[in-house]
Formats: sequence, C-alpha cells, structure tokens
Amino acid sequence: MSAKRLTLKEKYRLLTRDLDWDYSYADRKEAFPYEEFEGIKITDWDKWEDPFRLTMDAYWKYQAEKEKKLYAIFDAFAQNNGQQNVTDARYVNAVKLFLTGVSPLEYQAYSGFAHVGRQFGGVGARVACQMQSLDELRHVQTQIHAMSHYNKFFDGFQEFTHMHDRVWYLSVPKSFFDDARSAGPFEYMVAIGFSFEYVLTNLLFVPFMSGAAYNGDMATVTFGFSAQSDEARHMTLGLEIIKFLLEQHPDNVPIVQRWINKWFWRGTRVLALVAMMMDYMLPNKVMSWQEAWEVYFEEAGEALFKDLARYGIEMPPYAETAIREKEHLSHQVWSIFYNYTHAAAFHTWMPDDKEMDWLSEKYPNTFDKYYRKRFEYWRELEARGERYYNPTLPMLCQTCQIPMGFTEMDDPTMISYRQSTYQDERYNFCSDGCKDIFDHEPEKYVQSWLPVHQIYQGNCGGADVETVLKDYYRMNLGTDNLDYHGSPDEARWKEWHNLQSAEDLQKAS
Amino acid sequence: MAVAAITDDYTGERLDRVENFHGNQIVYFGWDHHLLFCAPFALPLPPDMPLGALIEETFPGIFGQHPEFKDINWNEAVWHLNGEPFEPKMDVSLTGQGIDHKSIIRFATPGLDGIGGTGT
Repeated sequence: MSAKRLTLKEKYRLLTRDLDWDYSYADRKEAFPYEEFEGIKITDWDKWEDPFRLTMDAYWKYQAEKEKKLYAIFDAFAQNNGQQNVTDARYVNAVKLFLTGVSPLEYQAYSGFAHVGRQFGGVGARVACQMQSLDELRHVQTQIHAMSHYNKFFDGFQEFTHMHDRVWYLSVPKSFFDDARSAGPFEYMVAIGFSFEYVLTNLLFVPFMSGAAYNGDMATVTFGFSAQSDEARHMTLGLEIIKFLLEQHPDNVPIVQRWINKWFWRGTRVLALVAMMMDYMLPNKVMSWQEAWEVYFEEAGEALFKDLARYGIEMPPYAETAIREKEHLSHQVWSIFYNYTHAAAFHTWMPDDKEMDWLSEKYPNTFDKYYRKRFEYWRELEARGERYYNPTLPMLCQTCQIPMGFTEMDDPTMISYRQSTYQDERYNFCSDGCKDIFDHEPEKYVQSWLPVHQIYQGNCGGADVETVLKDYYRMNLGTDNLDYHGSPDEARWKEWHNLQSAEDLQKAS
Repeated sequence: MAVAAITDDYTGERLDRVENFHGNQIVYFGWDHHLLFCAPFALPLPPDMPLGALIEETFPGIFGQHPEFKDINWNEAVWHLNGEPFEPKMDVSLTGQGIDHKSIIRFATPGLDGIGGTGT
C-alpha cells in the first residue's frame, strides 16, 4: 500500500504540535527548569497561537531557493567590482560598523533563540523559536559573505569576531545581547523578540538597507531583501509572545511592563550607533535620524502602545527622553567617535560644507545652536594639520557602556550624570533609564566589563593605549583607525577613480 | 531581589573593586559646558595624591587641548563632587576630602562659555 499523502494541515500538526509528548516518569518542572524563576505565570500553553505556519521541510526548500538567488547576486557584485561603484569609500565605514557591531548580534540571537527554543514548556513556542534561531544563524552567515568582498579592498574588517569581544564601542551591542541572553527565557523574548525585533527593528534594518541602496551597495541591499520575509516572521513572533504573556495571567502585566521599559531604553541606546551612521556616514543620505525616529517609533510605536493599552501596558516612561534626544543623538555620538577615532577600527571625518548645511536644515533647532561651531573648530584644526584626537580615556555608563557623552535635554551642553551607591560602592550612569535598570538588578550589572576600567586594571595586555589597540584589539594602526582623510582607504579609492587629492589639485594650480 | 536568577542568593563578581586597580582608585573629571571633550575623563589615581598636584600636573595633559584652558581662573571655578557643591582643598589628598573610588568631580568656569559660546 502506498503511503497516504498528508494534507497540509496534518503535516503541520505532525511537524509542530505533535513533536511534544506527555511526561510519564520525569518531572515536567525538571525538564523545563527556567520557566518559573522570573515570576511569569503560564496557566495554559495550549492557548499559544502559532504566529506563522511553516513546517521544517517547507522552510528548507524556501530558504534554499532564496539563498541560491542571493549568492548569485554576491557573485555578480564581486565579478563586476561592485566595491568601486559605491558612492564613495566613506560609505564602506557604515558596512564596517555593521559587520563588527551588528552581525555578531545575529549570532548571539541564534544562540539565544536556540536556548529558549529548548526551554519553553509549550511546543508551539519552542518550534517558532527554533525556526527563528535558524534564521539568525543564516543571517550571520549571509551577512559575513555579503561583506567579505569588501574585506579584500578596505581596512578594518579582518578581525571582526575578535574585536566584537574586546573593543570598547563594540562592548555596547555585545553587552546588550549578553544581558538579554543571561536573563530568563521570558525576559529574553520580551527583550529581543518584542522590543528589538518588533518595536525597534525598523530603526536598525531600514536605515542600513536603504542606506546601502542609496549608496550603490547592491550586495547589502540584496541581503536585506532576502532577510525581509524572515524579519516579518520575527515580528509576528514578538507580538505573539507579548499577547500570550499578558493574556495568561494578570500578575504578568507589571513584569512585562518593566521589561518593555528596560529593553526599550537599552535598545534606543544601541540605536545611537545607527543614528550617527544615518546622519554622518552615508554620503547619500536617505533621511535624517530624527525623521526615521518619527516615522518608525513615534508614529508606529504610538499605534502599537494604543493597541496594548487594553492589557494595561503603557508607553515606556523613558520614551519622553528618547523623543527629546532625537534632535541631539547623532551629533553627540559622532562627536564621541570623532574624539576617539584613533581607537576605532573605522574612519570618521568632519562633514563638508554641503553636509553641514544638510544637518542645519534637518535639525533647525539644534545643529547650528549646539554643534556647528564645534565641528567648524575641528575642521579648522584639521586644516592646520592638527586633527583633534582625545588622548584620555572616557568615563563609561555602567549599564549601556557608552562613553558619557549624552547631555541633559533641559540643558544640552551639560553632561547627564546619574549615580547610585550599592553596598558601599559607587556606580555611574548616563541616564535615568540606565540607572533604573541597574538599581533593579544590581547583582547583574556590578559585573559589567567596562573596557576603560579593564584597561586600567591591566587586563587588556598593556598599560598604554597603543599596545591595547595593536595587540589586544588587533587593530592595524595607521590603516584601520584615524581620520578618513589621509587613510589608505581614501588613497585606494582615489586611485581607482583617478581622483586627485585636494592638496594635489592645489599644487597643480 | 537584587537580580532575577535561577539560584537563590545569586551574587555577581564586582569587577571594578578598588583593589583591582593596583593601588589606584578611579576618579572621573568633567569640565561643564566644554564638549570639545565629548565625555568626562576616567583616571586611575593614587588616593593620597593632593588635589592641587592633580590640577597642576595632570589637568594640562587632559584639558589643555582646549583654547580656554589657559584662561581658567581656578579661584573662581565652581566645583561639584558627586553632584554636591564642593570646596576643594588643594593641599589635601583625594580621600582626605571625600573623593573616593569612582567619584565624579565637575568644575564650571564662569565667563568661559566654550568655543563660539556654544558649550564646546
């Protein structure tokens, strides 16, 4: 007798819900030991509604087809010397930031979703998380492949995994994900599945992918398109976990609210890197950070929180600060990287006249008033051959680990300082959000591996900064770091395009 | 509950205990409204170092790049220690006047408003 052909519905049941079984001799609590310690109450896992209906066999088939097309584009990009067709070599620094700062997070997400995909008691949630785990693993691989072509022609890509674990600014995204992965499974899902993949994802991927499109980077754009159908699934999973937790038990509401508050703030701090990328690193601008924030957070977020109000969930209290910061964020973060470019594996530069005017136009309330004079002074120093680098290590926030470059929104030239004392030791923060996160779980954040303190403790292979950069971070000094002007990246770009440097032109005339 | 953890009485390792800094302590320094320096500085310092020596010997190296630094009248500077108004004693050690590990010292220089008067 030939095997009966399964209907789609039967196949779906067999490959998802039917993968669970009743425990006859083992204690269910021992099988799922992480399910209770966070205080979340689950009364009935059967109420979980699968956010998408996809079976593993369909997943393989569909992804294989997608990736075949994706790699064909990568090949074409390489064969046509696509690296020469980007707007200009300054753009490639956005790609460096993505590969060192974001792609390793995809790997962390793979690991995090694999963990919760094992630990949830409900089979529907387990299967959905396992599938996202595979997506994340594919994403890190395809991103590395998309960007590896640039590694042949530009500096700063070569040690991205090593750097992610050690370099001062990469400790910002790294510690963000370490925080999420070392939390319980439900907090992880609210942190990554909901707050990051649902609320803030459009502020990460849209800027990078449309930035790539506007700047001729077809490899990255194609990766973005290819990942889109996966990201849509991730968003539905993020929304389902929130609704499920809130509907399961009223005691879950305050816990979930606190997690949303925390991860909204953690997320906006990480997105500060995207803000500076959008406003300063793209030669062809897509839109300003402020505009992106208004479309993707203020408009979309408002609708979302209106929808969640029926569960008793409110907009995070730090949203007000984040909204006021939209007019300052990118300028302050670019200032940090401009100060410390000698310690970074990508280049920075000062905006040219046209770009300064664009910033004035996009930020009419803040750019001329607070930032233009600073940047003009730095340009002046550079013109005199004294490009400004800050030789002294900065104070970092204990929670987000970003140098304390953010200011009070009531007084934008005054650094925002917050402090707590826990068991007779002082801890310092950049914001109310970061302080509250620490105060709620100090035993977690006393462990922050703050790069500046680690250097001073002698744990980074040398007392002087140059040794740390060269040996501990594995930066190629003089090529990976420093200003874009005068870099080997710039020189190669000019050679490809037969461009003369400003100095050469001056000499010729 | 100082952390949500799977084990009772979970404690984390304090990574920045003063003992880990080889006899030094960390002190942070910020010059209000001078954002040429994007963030306050962190320095490892001997706890018995007099504050005056610090200003004379260390400040030029960290704040001296600012064109207004040479114009500072230190008698008129306004100081804060960990957010509270503070009268510095130049011949007293850091710890002798309450500047302990991971303290923040801020100073403002009235009349010096930064490059272009914009807090830079």
